[in-house]
Amino acid sequence: MMDIGYYPGCSQEGTAKEYDKSIRAILKVLDVNPVELDDWSCCGATSAHVTNHKLALALSARNLALAEKQNLKELFAPCAACFSRLALTQCELKSDSNLKTEIEDIIENKLNGTTEVINIVELFKKLGSDKIKANRKVELKGLKAACYYGCLLVRPHEINGYDDAEMPTSMEDIVKATGAEAIEWNFKTECCGAAHSIPRVDIVIDLSKKILDDAKKHGANVIVVACPMCHNNLDLRQKLIKREYKSHEDIPVLYLSEFIGLSLGFSQKELGIDTHYIKFEMPELKKKESEVTV
Amino acid sequence: MKIGVYICYCGENIGRTVDCERVAKEAKFLPGVVHSVDYKYMCSDPGQNLIKQAIKDYKLDGVVVGSCSPHMHEKTFRKACADAGLNPYLCEIANLREHVSWVHDDKELATQKAIDLVRFAVEKVKRNAPLTTIQVPVTKRTLVIGGGISGIQAALDVANAGYEVVLVEKEPSIGGHMSQLSETFPTLDCSQCILTPRMVEVYQHPKIKLLTYSEVEKVEGFIGNFKVTIRKKARYVDDTLCSGCGDCAIKCPIKKKALSEFDEGLTTRSAIYVPFPQAVPNIPVIDTEVCTYFKNGKCMMCQKVCGRDAINFEQKDEFLTEEIGAIIVATGYKLYTIDKKPEDSEIKGYGEYGYGKYKDVIDGLQFERIASASGPTSGEFKRPSDGKEPKKIVFIQCVGSRDESKGFSYCSKICCMYTAKHAMLYKHKVHDGEAYVFYMDIRAGGKMYEEFVRRAIEEDGVKYIRGRVSKIYEEDGKYIVKGEDTLAGVPIQIDADMVVLATAMIAQKEAPKFAQTIGIPYDKYGFFSEAHPKLRPVESTSGGIFLAGACQSPKDIPESVSMASAAAAKAMVLFGSDMLEREPTIALVNENLCAGCFYCRKVCAYNAIEIKQINDKNGNLIKEVAFVNSGLCQGCGTCSATCPSKSVELIGYTDEQIYAEIAALM
Repeated sequence: MMDIGYYPGCSQEGTAKEYDKSIRAILKVLDVNPVELDDWSCCGATSAHVTNHKLALALSARNLALAEKQNLKELFAPCAACFSRLALTQCELKSDSNLKTEIEDIIENKLNGTTEVINIVELFKKLGSDKIKANRKVELKGLKAACYYGCLLVRPHEINGYDDAEMPTSMEDIVKATGAEAIEWNFKTECCGAAHSIPRVDIVIDLSKKILDDAKKHGANVIVVACPMCHNNLDLRQKLIKREYKSHEDIPVLYLSEFIGLSLGFSQKELGIDTHYIKFEMPELKKKESEVTV
Repeated sequence: MKIGVYICYCGENIGRTVDCERVAKEAKFLPGVVHSVDYKYMCSDPGQNLIKQAIKDYKLDGVVVGSCSPHMHEKTFRKACADAGLNPYLCEIANLREHVSWVHDDKELATQKAIDLVRFAVEKVKRNAPLTTIQVPVTKRTLVIGGGISGIQAALDVANAGYEVVLVEKEPSIGGHMSQLSETFPTLDCSQCILTPRMVEVYQHPKIKLLTYSEVEKVEGFIGNFKVTIRKKARYVDDTLCSGCGDCAIKCPIKKKALSEFDEGLTTRSAIYVPFPQAVPNIPVIDTEVCTYFKNGKCMMCQKVCGRDAINFEQKDEFLTEEIGAIIVATGYKLYTIDKKPEDSEIKGYGEYGYGKYKDVIDGLQFERIASASGPTSGEFKRPSDGKEPKKIVFIQCVGSRDESKGFSYCSKICCMYTAKHAMLYKHKVHDGEAYVFYMDIRAGGKMYEEFVRRAIEEDGVKYIRGRVSKIYEEDGKYIVKGEDTLAGVPIQIDADMVVLATAMIAQKEAPKFAQTIGIPYDKYGFFSEAHPKLRPVESTSGGIFLAGACQSPKDIPESVSMASAAAAKAMVLFGSDMLEREPTIALVNENLCAGCFYCRKVCAYNAIEIKQINDKNGNLIKEVAFVNSGLCQGCGTCSATCPSKSVELIGYTDEQIYAEIAALM
C-alpha cells in the first residue's frame, strides 16, 4: 500500500462529492492510501486570488506547511483549481525568497518547499496505465471519450512538467487503459466559462456549448473531466443550453476517477455517477435494453 | 625606480564617479613614482603622447595607466611605451572603469578604491621584468567549416587571394539552406541561380580542397599552427570512380522509407541518393539506416547497375589530418521545428498551432520548397494534404522568436522579410488567393527592405494583422485560425486552407558540443560568441578562429556574405607575415625544483605541458620534468596554482609580483 497526501478541497465535500467518493473507491483497489491532510483549509481559489495576491498565497502556503509537518512528500489535489493554487504558490515562493519570508511571517510557519503538488492526471501517469489494466474488470469498449483538460490542469507551464500545455495527451493514455477509445478533438483546453457560472451564466452556456458540440462532432459519447468547476459547467449547465438551443443533445460528463472506476467494476452508484444531471449509460447496456423492447 | 602614473577620465565614464585629479595627486606620493598626471582621454593621440614624452623626460622605467579594462587598451598603452623606447611589459593597467566607476556610486569610496588599485599596480610594475614576444611560424592554409553560403563565400575569398583552403561540409553536398530557397528578398532573385555557380566555382577551384560528408573531429594546436583531424564519413561510393549518372538512385528499390532532407520532409528519397540535382559534388551517398543491404545483406541493386563499379559497401570512415593556420567557422543555423513533443525540454512548443498534427500547417523552409521551381510541386502552390491549390493562406510570424515563455527571447531577424516574400510569391501565382500575415512588429531594417514589405501590402494586397494567433484547429477541411487584431481591438477568425509558421532560427543542435571540440565560446542559445560585439564581430575569442554567418546569430544572406568576406580578410591578415607574435606571459618550469609529479599536466586545459627527460653527460636518464610548449601555453596560470613544489611560475605574474600587489592593499 502506497501512502499519498490527499488534499480534498471544499468542492469534494459539496458539489463534487462523487469525485471524492470515486477517488477513494478506486485508489483502494489500486493499492494507494490517500492520507487526508489534517486540518486543511481553503486553497485560496478564485475569491481570494482575485482580491488579494498575498492572501491567496498565504492560504495555500498554510496547507503546504501543514503537509511538510505531516511528512507528506506528495500532495494530491484532485480539484484543478486547488492543484493550480497550491502548485503555483509553491512555485512562486520558491523563486522569490523575499516573498517567501513575508508569507512565512503571515502564516507563522516555515516553508521548505519540499512538497510536490500533483493533480489526478499526474497521479495516474505516475501509477501507470498498466496498473489500471491489471485491475480492470470491465473493458469499456464502445465508449468514445473526449478528454477535457480545461484551463488549469496543464497551465501555466511553470507548474506543468508532465504534458504539452496546448496539445496534452496524458489523460488520453489513461482513458485508453480502460479499453475505451479516446477521440481526437479540438477543444480539450478551451475555456468552459469557469466561475462565470454564477454571475454570467450566459457566457458559460455559449462557451460550454462549443466544447460539447466539438466533442460530439468528433464522435464522442462521453466527456471525461478532472475538475469540479468544469464538471459543473458541462454537466449541470446542459439543461440551460437545451433551453437556449433546442437542437442540443445531451452528452454525459464523467470525472476521470468515475471513468476508471467503471472499468474497475464499480457500479454507477458506488461511484456517485447517479448524482449527475445528465444520465450516463454504458453503450452495451443501451443495446441490450433496445433488444428487450424489440 | 622611476614610475609614471597616468589617470584617465574616459570622458565621463571614470570621471563621473572617481575624482581623477585626486587619484593622480595622491599617486605622486607613492614610493617610486616620479610623475603622475590625469587626462580626459588617455587613449587618444595627445594622451599617448603625454606618456611617451614623460618616458623620455623622466627616464621612466615603469608606467601605470589608470583607465579601462586591460582587455580594451592594454595593447594601446604598451605600444605607446614601446614607441618611446620602454619595454612594453613594463606598463601595467589599473582598471578604474570596470572595477571602479561602473560598479560603484559613492564618489568618495570609489576614489579611495581607485587610489588603492593604482598603488597595487605600482607595486607590481616595480617587479616587472622586460619581456620579449614569442615568434611562431604561420601555416598559410585556412580551414572553413560549413559549406553554406557563408562558408562558400569565405572559402572563395581566401582561395582567390592565393591561399589554400580546406572546406569541410557535414552534408553530402555544399549549398546549405540557401540552396533550398525559392526566391530571395528584396530582389526576388532565384536563389539557386545565384548560388549554384558559386558552388561549382568552389568545386573547380585549384586552391580549395573540398571535403563533403565530413566532420571536424579534433582541433589541436594554436593560432597559425592548428592540427585538425577530419572524419570523412563513408559514402559507400568511390568518389574517384563515380560519374554522377544517377542510375543507382533510379534503380534503388527503397523509395518511400526516407524523408527528403532537402525537401524538408515533403517528399521521400531513395536509400542511395544525391540530395538535389544540382548537388556539389554530384556523388551519391548511401543512407545505411534505410538501405536493405545494411539491414540484411541483400539487394545490392545499386552495385549491379553501376557501370563504373563505384559502389563499395566495405568503405570505412577515413581520418585526415590537416595543417591549418586559420579556421573560419560557418556552421549555420537550424530552423526551429515545433514538434508535438519537442526534444529540447527548454522549449514548451506550440501545440496550439497543430504543427506536426495538421499536414497543411508548415514551416517557412517547407513553404520555400513548395514555392521553388525545383520543389515537390515544381513551384505550383499545392497544399501537402490533398494537393489542392490553397485559396487562403495565413502566415504567422514570431513563432519561437521574441517569446520568452515558449521559445527564445531574441528576434530571428529574417522572418519579417521572408514572410513578406512568401505572401508576395503566393499572390503572384494565385491571383484570387488571399494572404494574411499575423505580426508583432514589422522589422524591415535593411537596404530596400521596408520598401519590399510596403510593396507586399500596397501592390500585392497582402493583409497584415497585428496580433498573435492563439489557436489553430481543423474543421470541415479548413484550418480555423483564431487570433487577435490588436489594432482594431477585436478577436479575429480566419478559415484558412494552409498555415505557414515563421519559426525561429536556432543554433545547430550540436553547436555547443562542436564549440567545445574546437575551443570557442558560445552563448546560452548555442550561438558562437564574437570577441567584441562591435569592434571584433567576426573573431572568436580563440586566436585564429573566426566566425561567419548564422552560427553567430540569426542573419540573412547579404549579412552572412559580408561576414564571410570579413572573416576571410581576418584570416588573410594572419598570413600577411611569416611569423606570428605571441604574448610572452606564459608558464615557465624551474627544472631544478620540479619533482616530476605532472599534476600540472593533468590540469592544463591546452595540452601545453610536455614531459622532458634530463640526462647526464653519458646520456643516462636523471629525471623527468615538466616542460611548457610555448606555442600552446595560453598563460592561464592553472599549472602555477596547482604545482605542489612551486616550481612553475607564470612569467609576468610571479608569486613575488602577486604578493607585492596584495601587500600594497593591506
